[in-house]
Amino acid sequence: MSALMTLQSVSRSFGNNLALDDVSLEAYPGEVHCLLGDNGAGKSTLIKIMSGVTPPSSGTLTFDGRPVAFRSPRDAKAYGIGTVHQDVGSIPLISVARNFFLGNEPTKGWGPFRRLDHATANRIALEQIREMGIRRINDAGQLVGTMSGGERQALAIARALYFGARLLILDEPTAALGVKESKIVIDLMIKARSQGIALVFITHNATHALQVGDRFTVLIQGRIASQFKRGEKTREEVLNLMAGGEEFDAAGHGD
Amino acid sequence: MTATLETSTPAGPARRHGLIERLLGIVWIGPAIAAIVIYVFFVIVGGASGFLSIPGTAGWLNTAAELGIIAVPIGLLMIAGEFDLSTGSVVGAAAIIVALGTGFYGLPVALTMSMALVMGIAVGCFNALLVSVTRLPSFIVTLASNFILAGTSLGLSRLISGSSNVSLKDAGWAEAVFGSKWMFFNVSVLWYAVAIVIAAWVLKQTPFGNWIFATGGNVDAARRAGVPVARVKLILFIWTAVSSAFVGVMSAIMYNQGNAAQGQGYVFQSAIAAVIGGVLLQGGFGSVTGIVLGTFIYGIVSLGLFYTGWPTDWLATFIGALLVIAVLTNNFVRELALNRGKRKS
Ligand SMILES: Nc1ncnc2c1ncn2[C@@H]1O[C@H](COP(=O)(O)OP(=O)(O)O)[C@@H](O)[C@H]1O
Ligand SMILES: [Mg+2]
Repeated sequence: MSALMTLQSVSRSFGNNLALDDVSLEAYPGEVHCLLGDNGAGKSTLIKIMSGVTPPSSGTLTFDGRPVAFRSPRDAKAYGIGTVHQDVGSIPLISVARNFFLGNEPTKGWGPFRRLDHATANRIALEQIREMGIRRINDAGQLVGTMSGGERQALAIARALYFGARLLILDEPTAALGVKESKIVIDLMIKARSQGIALVFITHNATHALQVGDRFTVLIQGRIASQFKRGEKTREEVLNLMAGGEEFDAAGHGD
Repeated sequence: MTATLETSTPAGPARRHGLIERLLGIVWIGPAIAAIVIYVFFVIVGGASGFLSIPGTAGWLNTAAELGIIAVPIGLLMIAGEFDLSTGSVVGAAAIIVALGTGFYGLPVALTMSMALVMGIAVGCFNALLVSVTRLPSFIVTLASNFILAGTSLGLSRLISGSSNVSLKDAGWAEAVFGSKWMFFNVSVLWYAVAIVIAAWVLKQTPFGNWIFATGGNVDAARRAGVPVARVKLILFIWTAVSSAFVGVMSAIMYNQGNAAQGQGYVFQSAIAAVIGGVLLQGGFGSVTGIVLGTFIYGIVSLGLFYTGWPTDWLATFIGALLVIAVLTNNFVRELALNRGKRKS
């Protein structure tokens, strides 16, 4: 199978600060690619490049076998790249349905009477998040601010998938969540993977990564410290790498 | 939060909402209660001296209308997370343009009115451009443009006519459209109704309304969702400035004169009405109904105080106290709304 998205020698600098240095990676359909690394390693910058938020300083992106240069997040979305950013992108004081359809609002009527189709928006938004296993939400008019962190992640994931994401990028989706809520998000990732979606999963948490990861990329200060597939490294080795150790530093002192 | 996400509610009718819960879910419940309480207060204290009479009612409605035509778009702009403090000068500039053009030079009123409205569009574009280019807070940018424009209109007016106050005796057909009265009600009340309907429609029923909330609620998230946030702000800055120009034109025709220095009262009154009406200062939350109630409250207090027979010097004190109470109440109501639906552990 060929990769859905490929990054080749991508670099990005902010002034003198080289946030990403010669990074290459591939995302395959039906696989979870885990992006690991300490704070400031460049993970968020990498996915901002993949989702059209910022352009790379150098290097090439390929999507579906063709070179691409995104001009905006909207552009990337049109290709089928769905991104759930670290802050989830939810807007606490508007309703679930309004959040779900933000930027893609369904309308009815014509001319000056073209208006939001609230009934359709409510129905679909509710259907989609309940599909994700979030059964506690039973009113699409409910404010997003009343949802828990896990529920907001689920809303964002449901939204990306509904709008045709083939590549789903999740930036630290489990970082702020408890054990049970994290499990929900992990289960959603497994579900998406089984539907043939390509996933990029950014995390600090080695346990979560090893639970779902098919491929792994470890970034240290903007460079790739190691790249490997499921089963190629032990948990200790992964922890050691994430802590900034050398790839061949075999001393097993994880936590 | 002890509840798990999978906990399913039985199919069919979902969790029941109590009456209180549902009332608290109404965005404008705070200003509605405040408006009723304040109205009843002035009926009791000032009813005997005519607060309830037709002139009394027309008095506060007229005040609310002239303020509201500006306050409603200001409220939308605040929901989108920006301020516009240049409204006062736009009112004055528009009034002086019509008075000078038609009253002094004898140009057709349709022409001078259009010039005033175009000036409004230009100020709106200028504000939006400056905010997006400099990334300075709109509070500062529009405060600066308020001063720049105020000085310019005053200077030009004196240079041309020798005075900051220019009379406008006969505005022809425009007298009927902007200056007529029915009983004691100014035609501005009708214009306010039009402004309300448009704003309410846009905010609640159009995708643009959704973008307004999103821009003020989380600008990064809005941008990433594909909302053209710069365009949203541009349109709203133009909307507030054109509405202010409209009020300037209307008042010049209604009062048969234009004054370059008039209108500065609207700068803070419009923001006050929006906040009393439940618009969140940080943006992202508010409703047209609430803002309208905010302008009613402002009108009722301004006129009501007059009918109590108490010295009206205390008006500003009263409004200030009301503002603090409104902000605290709104924060409280919003917290309740956010907690509604959260499980208690
Ligand atoms: N917009 C920006 N301007 C300047 N520096 C930035 C910007 N975004 C990220 N950086 C820098 O790039 C580096 C990588 O940051 P980031 O991608 O956020 O790391 P991570 O998500 O792995 O914590 C950091 O040194 C950070 O300070
Ligand atoms: Mg990050």
